[in-house]
Amino acid sequence: MTTVVLNRRRLLAAGGSIAATGVCGLLLPARAQSLAPTPSMRGGSNNYRPGAPIVNRIGGGGFWMTGTVRRAGDGAPLAGRRIQIWAHTTEGHERDPHSHGATLTDSNGMFRLEMPQIVPAFGQPHGHLAYDSGDFQTVFLRPLMRSAKDTSLEAHFVLQPV
Amino acid sequence: MRLARVTLIWAALAAAICVPIAAAAASPLLAWRDPVYIAAGFAGIIALGLMLVQPVLTGGYLPGLSAPRGRRAHRWIGGVLVVAVIVHVGGLWITSPPDVIDALLFVSPTPFSAWGVIAMWAIFAVALLAALRRRLGMGPRTWRIAHMFLAVVIVAGSVVHGILIEGTMETVSKATLCALVLAATIKVMADLRVWRKRATSR
Repeated sequence: MTTVVLNRRRLLAAGGSIAATGVCGLLLPARAQSLAPTPSMRGGSNNYRPGAPIVNRIGGGGFWMTGTVRRAGDGAPLAGRRIQIWAHTTEGHERDPHSHGATLTDSNGMFRLEMPQIVPAFGQPHGHLAYDSGDFQTVFLRPLMRSAKDTSLEAHFVLQPV
Repeated sequence: MRLARVTLIWAALAAAICVPIAAAAASPLLAWRDPVYIAAGFAGIIALGLMLVQPVLTGGYLPGLSAPRGRRAHRWIGGVLVVAVIVHVGGLWITSPPDVIDALLFVSPTPFSAWGVIAMWAIFAVALLAALRRRLGMGPRTWRIAHMFLAVVIVAGSVVHGILIEGTMETVSKATLCALVLAATIKVMADLRVWRKRATSR
């Protein structure tokens, strides 16, 4: 048989958690409208090449990098934003200029760029993406592939106006 | 019968080291890496293999190898390990400097990097202590305890480092080699009881 012991510590803990739940419930609707900016990921900027050209496709293609670009706060899609993409692929190392290419978002804030198959390098199958064009704060992403056999990868930007 | 046992032990040790190397040599990833990156990877794999030889030599588990010879081999292989680690890190540095700088500064996004860097410093530390211990006036018991502590760091760091990496090593042969390195290290420590005081130094 269990007995319920009601001491000061328990009362405080229970009261505190009820209060916290109430406060969160009140704040949540407000936060849903205020989209937080995406922070840069560790190692995201490694082997970045500022000013890589806009291309229709990186190398021979076969792998798709896709994603969206939105504005922090209201989440409005951002059109015509330049995103640079690079990775270690079947056609080159990350540092190679031909492993890099940039693309622009469409009117829905979406981008997709075909590139060679990403292969595991430095211990993980991963890609790199950068937004670095001045109107918004620079963001570097380094998404991981769930499996090295995946033929696509996505990454999403929420940008903070400068 | 004895000859068969001797042959079997040596063959098992050779297989435990050579099978993972051969499996890695068959990795499809090699087709998309330049020679410097490939060399860096294999330096790491060879270092992991040598890490199995070290406790086996210390424990005197290899039949036909005298104790003084075994100790001399252990020292030489320790030196080779230092060189292998330098080739490993140096080759990776040439391949992608920012990734190696992140690892050395412990800010890498990859969880295995820190383990490898810790093991690297422990290998350098043990080599430095081995070279300087007479000059430092380090007693045999202090040396044994320091070496044992650093060996634990090296083995644990290297095994976690290796297991977490998705690279050229084949999964099963890598896990087997790591398990053997761990087992040999635990066995030699249990057998030698380094932490005990001894009347005579060996």
